[in-house]
Amino acid sequence: MVRRARTGPIRVLIAKPGLDGHDRGAKVVARALRDAGMEVIYVGLRQTPEEVVRAALEEDVDLIGLSILSGAHMALFPKILALLKAEKAASIPVFAGGIIPDEDARRLKKAGIKAIFGPGTTLQEIVTTAQRLARGAA
Amino acid sequence: MTGSARLPPLAQAIVDGDRRALARTISAIEGSDPIAAPVVRALYPRTGRIPVIGLTGPLGVGKSSLLSALIGRLRERGKTVGVVAVDPSSPFSGGSVLGDRIRLERKASDDGVFFRSMASRGEAGGVAASTREVVRMLDAAGFDVVFVETVGSGQVDVAIRGVASTSVVVLVPHLGDEVQTLKAGLFEIADVFCINKADLPGAELAAKDLAELVALGEARDGWAPAIVPTSTTVTSGIDELWAAIEAHEQFLDRTGQRTQRERTRLAAEIADRVKERMGREVAERLDRDAELRRLLDRVVARTLDPASAADELFRTHYIRK
Repeated sequence: MVRRARTGPIRVLIAKPGLDGHDRGAKVVARALRDAGMEVIYVGLRQTPEEVVRAALEEDVDLIGLSILSGAHMALFPKILALLKAEKAASIPVFAGGIIPDEDARRLKKAGIKAIFGPGTTLQEIVTTAQRLARGAA
Repeated sequence: MTGSARLPPLAQAIVDGDRRALARTISAIEGSDPIAAPVVRALYPRTGRIPVIGLTGPLGVGKSSLLSALIGRLRERGKTVGVVAVDPSSPFSGGSVLGDRIRLERKASDDGVFFRSMASRGEAGGVAASTREVVRMLDAAGFDVVFVETVGSGQVDVAIRGVASTSVVVLVPHLGDEVQTLKAGLFEIADVFCINKADLPGAELAAKDLAELVALGEARDGWAPAIVPTSTTVTSGIDELWAAIEAHEQFLDRTGQRTQRERTRLAAEIADRVKERMGREVAERLDRDAELRRLLDRVVARTLDPASAADELFRTHYIRK
């Protein structure tokens, strides 16, 4: 099925895969995206990759944002990308934020994560990137 | 139209259980994308068969948690469940945070549940303008029951009645004294009252106040709303809540009120659509149509009042002799 340009607001899923309980960052980002006019489906803590992908498909989002501080990103992110591919939904861009070492970030970008935001990133940068990704620019 | 009529491919995909097609169509309906109209039209004859249960009530009373508990019970009984959960859009940015999925507990592999979050997109009353059509898509997709969770409602947010066959008003202890229960609006639309967080002190008093309210009034159309205490922290009352909902659904069938109420809802929906479309058209024409601009000029000059102008416009432009 071809993705069509949408008439309404950008829909974005914000999820925290894995087991850490630090959701302040995800909430701050959700709020900033809301204030930028997006519809943010906030699913919160302790999401399995399957749950993330399921929610993304049911909610028909334009974009997926993952927040992680547990260190399990090298296990969880590729799993999410693989599940999206298996569902023929690899066209939904995925971005991420949290504590992710540079070397891991490089590998994850190569694997298909479109943008990775570490500490110190401005909200404006996240919003602008999210808008660009949702519009279909890689 | 007969059941064997060929459906457009997207409509056929929805009927065949393709959840992506369903999700995409819902987005198209929400965004007034022209691809939605033929799908909605083609599937309409297949809708109206199932219970549509509205969950409404003030913010923070536990609607999402109750919904999750109800979904769990219905899945145990083998029923499939579609959900539309509405949260408000910002009046400033138009954005929203849709957080009703947080409470959802289900297996990610379970195809028997489809949960969709929806922003109100400027619509007052507790649901979105497109909620009715989205519910119809879930109906056509074959779910046994559809739930609609409204935005946290105020006293006048009663639009759920135009969508649901059974409206559950969810309350908690200490929302106010019994005079609150006498006020018009939210308390009038309940087919079932649910007093959630019933493990907290004050639940018995809240139930008693509601029971008095129900006893004071004449049962509307022969139905006296049930009052069910529930708790989702100690998990109690969920089976009783579903039993009360089912009892109301059976009442609708037994008395013929299902058809009657649906007829009323559909009449209101048609009127709404005409009103919306005519309102838009008139506003546009007052701006660009020379004759109507002159009418507006007279109102601006205070030589004609707005009500008389509306009468004149309606008489000359919208009534076919």
